[in-house]
Amino acid sequence: MTIPARAMGEAIDRVDGPDKVRGLARYAFEHPVDRPAYLYPVQSTVARGRVIGIDCRQASSIPGVLLVLNQYNAPRTNIPAGQGELNILQSDRVAFRNQFVAGVIAETSEIARHAASLVRVDYQEEPHDVELGGDRDDFRVPTSIAPQFPVEVNKGDVDAALESAPVRLDRIYLTPRQYHNAMEPHTTIALWSDEGLALYVSTQGVSRIHDVVAGLFGLEPARVRVISPNVGGAFGSKAHANPDIVLTLLAARMVPNRPVKFALTRQQMFSQAGYRPPTVQRIQLGAERDGRILALSHSSTSPTSKLEEYAEHSTRPTSTIYAAPNLRTRQRVASLDIPTPCIMRAPGDCPGMFAIECAMDELAVECGLDPIELRVRNEPEVHPGTGLPFSSRNLIGCLREGAERFGWEARDPRPRSRNEFGWLVGTGVAAATYPALRYAGSVATIRADPDGRYTVLIAAADLGTGTWTALAQVAADALGVPLSSVDLRIGDTAYQWATLAGGSSGIASWGTAICEAAGQLRDRLGRGGSVPRQGVEVTARAPENPYANQYATHSFGAQFAEVRVNADTGEVRVPRLLGVFAAGRIVNPKTARSQLLGGMTMGLSMALHEEGVLDSRFGHVVNQDLAAYHVSCNADVGEVEVCFLEEDDPYVNPMGVKGVGELGIVGTAAAIANAVYHATGARIRELPIRLDTLLAW
Amino acid sequence: MRPFRYERADDVAGAVALLAREPEGAFLGGGTNLVDLMRLDVARPDVLVDVRRLTSGRVEELADGGVRIGAAVPNSDLAADPLIRDRYPVLSAALLSGASGQLRNLATTGGNLLQRTRCVYFQNVTTGCNKRQPGSGCSAIDGYHRELGILGTSPACVATHPSDMAVAMVALEAVVHTLGPDGGRSIPIAELYRLPGQDPQYDTVLEHGELITAIDLPPLPHGVRGRYRKVRDRASYAFALVSVAAILDVADGMVRDVRIALGGVAHRPWRARIAEDTLRGGPATQERFREAAEAELAEADPLPGNAFKVPLARNTIVRTLLDLAGPPPGGPATDPAIMDPELEESGPDPSGPPA
Repeated sequence: MTIPARAMGEAIDRVDGPDKVRGLARYAFEHPVDRPAYLYPVQSTVARGRVIGIDCRQASSIPGVLLVLNQYNAPRTNIPAGQGELNILQSDRVAFRNQFVAGVIAETSEIARHAASLVRVDYQEEPHDVELGGDRDDFRVPTSIAPQFPVEVNKGDVDAALESAPVRLDRIYLTPRQYHNAMEPHTTIALWSDEGLALYVSTQGVSRIHDVVAGLFGLEPARVRVISPNVGGAFGSKAHANPDIVLTLLAARMVPNRPVKFALTRQQMFSQAGYRPPTVQRIQLGAERDGRILALSHSSTSPTSKLEEYAEHSTRPTSTIYAAPNLRTRQRVASLDIPTPCIMRAPGDCPGMFAIECAMDELAVECGLDPIELRVRNEPEVHPGTGLPFSSRNLIGCLREGAERFGWEARDPRPRSRNEFGWLVGTGVAAATYPALRYAGSVATIRADPDGRYTVLIAAADLGTGTWTALAQVAADALGVPLSSVDLRIGDTAYQWATLAGGSSGIASWGTAICEAAGQLRDRLGRGGSVPRQGVEVTARAPENPYANQYATHSFGAQFAEVRVNADTGEVRVPRLLGVFAAGRIVNPKTARSQLLGGMTMGLSMALHEEGVLDSRFGHVVNQDLAAYHVSCNADVGEVEVCFLEEDDPYVNPMGVKGVGELGIVGTAAAIANAVYHATGARIRELPIRLDTLLAW
Repeated sequence: MRPFRYERADDVAGAVALLAREPEGAFLGGGTNLVDLMRLDVARPDVLVDVRRLTSGRVEELADGGVRIGAAVPNSDLAADPLIRDRYPVLSAALLSGASGQLRNLATTGGNLLQRTRCVYFQNVTTGCNKRQPGSGCSAIDGYHRELGILGTSPACVATHPSDMAVAMVALEAVVHTLGPDGGRSIPIAELYRLPGQDPQYDTVLEHGELITAIDLPPLPHGVRGRYRKVRDRASYAFALVSVAAILDVADGMVRDVRIALGGVAHRPWRARIAEDTLRGGPATQERFREAAEAELAEADPLPGNAFKVPLARNTIVRTLLDLAGPPPGGPATDPAIMDPELEESGPDPSGPPA
């Protein structure tokens, strides 16, 4: 059962907006602290080897330098299992180029930066291995891909079905390295004092950082406090503790009672803050001539580091999206001398659906079918991977609603059939899906006061997404009180433990805890009971989803794109995008629209622009700033329309929400690639799609 | 970033004298490129001599019908200047296609001419680069060079000059006035820039301490049309893969005169004289335009990662000349409502602050 909506469903302006536009909202680096010291790192200039000497004399002689932190004098830390990337200054090993090998603490950031350039580091360099070539022999099956999902799926006899299928397709799709590039860089202030450790940090989850930090330094949990009320974008790169946080903590440990501030430069974000690894994906499709899929095989290969394992789980959506009686997914990784990749907006599903949805467009052409009709013919009755019924599934509704809004009917399916003033015009469509996740463990406290106010405390996060607003709307409805009676407090480990903002799970996970606490509060007060003078406080943990093993829970959407390709130069423009989404109840249509709009724009950016270029001779990404690593700018973004289908799902969580943070980026690149094919007749299977592949040579 | 001194002088001569005594010093204009390079440790001046208030910040009409642009004129002001918009729209368009509004507000005309290559290896002190550190080797030739040169390159350097404004000024045959320790001189803009050769550390022929004071644009014959077309990897805020500044004078279907300059292809804004010579006196047809472009590009020596620039430059030259020669029957070559990069970037008139 879902709770009744009164505040939920209202398009309320974000409550943090006025402070943000006036510059009053505090981000991690902006918290006022007394007598801060500043940190600047020294980064490795080899991709693999050992640090055999560090000469700090010249750097240390600069007035204003407090300390040069290095492997010889750094405090020792405990390293949590599987998090080798946090092993900062604990050994002489260099595992990737640009790894932190020292840090300068100084009175100003300028002095720290200057002194860092004077630290001399000697290396014993070893041959490095940074490129994921196809001829390697060390690909392996990852130990896991994403929580709750199988590493591989095997259903039926895929090879036999492919062999006998009347229509067959076997294609390779490539996606490049992509970087989150949040507008706010990764920033930290750490203060180590007699009272313990205080940490201001830009993060997707203060509780997670708290636990990691307490573990690293063996601290009493109560002596660590992590504060992060506002975050200027994250996209997965701030989900975990990154090396910059650890380096700041090491520095702060060395200068007790002085807050140490550290903000990564944009260039440093290309080696210290994770990235989406490149993928090589193979899709094999076997189908009847009428388009019904007989077999679907999807394999995805991606690199990881030698420090930690992260597999870009591109095959996760494969067993969800279409009815395939014979189904196979494979994941492979190889460990290289590179920084560890990590989750990035719709990890796995985003590159995976690029491959699947391009392949579906190719299959539609092979079968002479409209691509929407092809998808309708392959709509499954139950989840093809698990056999569970869907808690709700409205892919076909999204496609049909989108077709009508977009004017799909009028489309001439022949490629290269429209040329307007020297621009070839095409349209494309793709499906989107993302799991509706709900992470266990969040705890919420609600305090009711006799003046009619309710204070809701939970260590949740707002990444710029609208949590401050939407979670208050959830709380108001959970309590059955007006929104104006609710004071929400988030982003601080002074409140109860909460899961991170990731996997589009935030509102679902935190809201469930708040609903539980609200229910217990109502029970405590009794029917019509008034709040006693001293107030009432209830703390409750989110219960497990009782339907967890009974339903497959996923959101769906349909992406439509119009592209124009310049007949002379190959320049690609996208004047129009439309996304229709079925994502359960929409708590706040305004902030949800912004989320999806942002996701689609990031999908456009992925389709046309984003690529981290690794120079294998050095081992680093050479286009490490926003001038050389292109993201879509305003002039690239035309009309973008977001539309919701109403969806009532009683099985996902008490609010009936499915999450909207990632769905918008899924499928966008495929819709654009399919539109490029329609415009030009050129099938581009490698992102980004740039003019040189479409230029008339 | 290394510590540095900041100095001001009372006038141009004082600034020149000051810098002449500082072998590791540099002039500071808008700083939009120099300060970035200092942060990256690529530029390491120990003293900055601020010249922003010393040279003229005005655009003036000359007696011969040309225009004199003070070196301190901000890019935004220059693009919006009524004289420039009226007589040299190709320059206005080139300026508006570069950088962003904020950068154009700060960047000066003199500084724009002297900005340095954006080659990723030049900008990273941990990789070899002959331009940044002579003798350290070119990392780009066997590395990432998508945006780099195809014409006039050398085994030592394949960098490109990043300016859009300079490309238009080369087509306009601008003259650069300077004052140096040994006095003043006037340099035709095409001669300001060098090819990399064996000493790519020098972008221009300017001596240490020589300051650009003004740029003159000679008058264009009445009624002659010009156009700047920039092709890049995103719709705005990116350096040119290829750009074309063209000025075409056609009468009775014949090319009376033509000037073509290319950006994004060489160590300097590339004056396409071979193409011009091929076209002059001949018919203004697509076939001839293509022939001329191919003649110019016959000398191109691209690398694997930028070989596409040869056909891209060819097609862009042809299309730009076609647009200038007149719209083909049936409609314009480019739908201005959708895609004209000049219109797209113009935005609100930046000519002055709100009252």
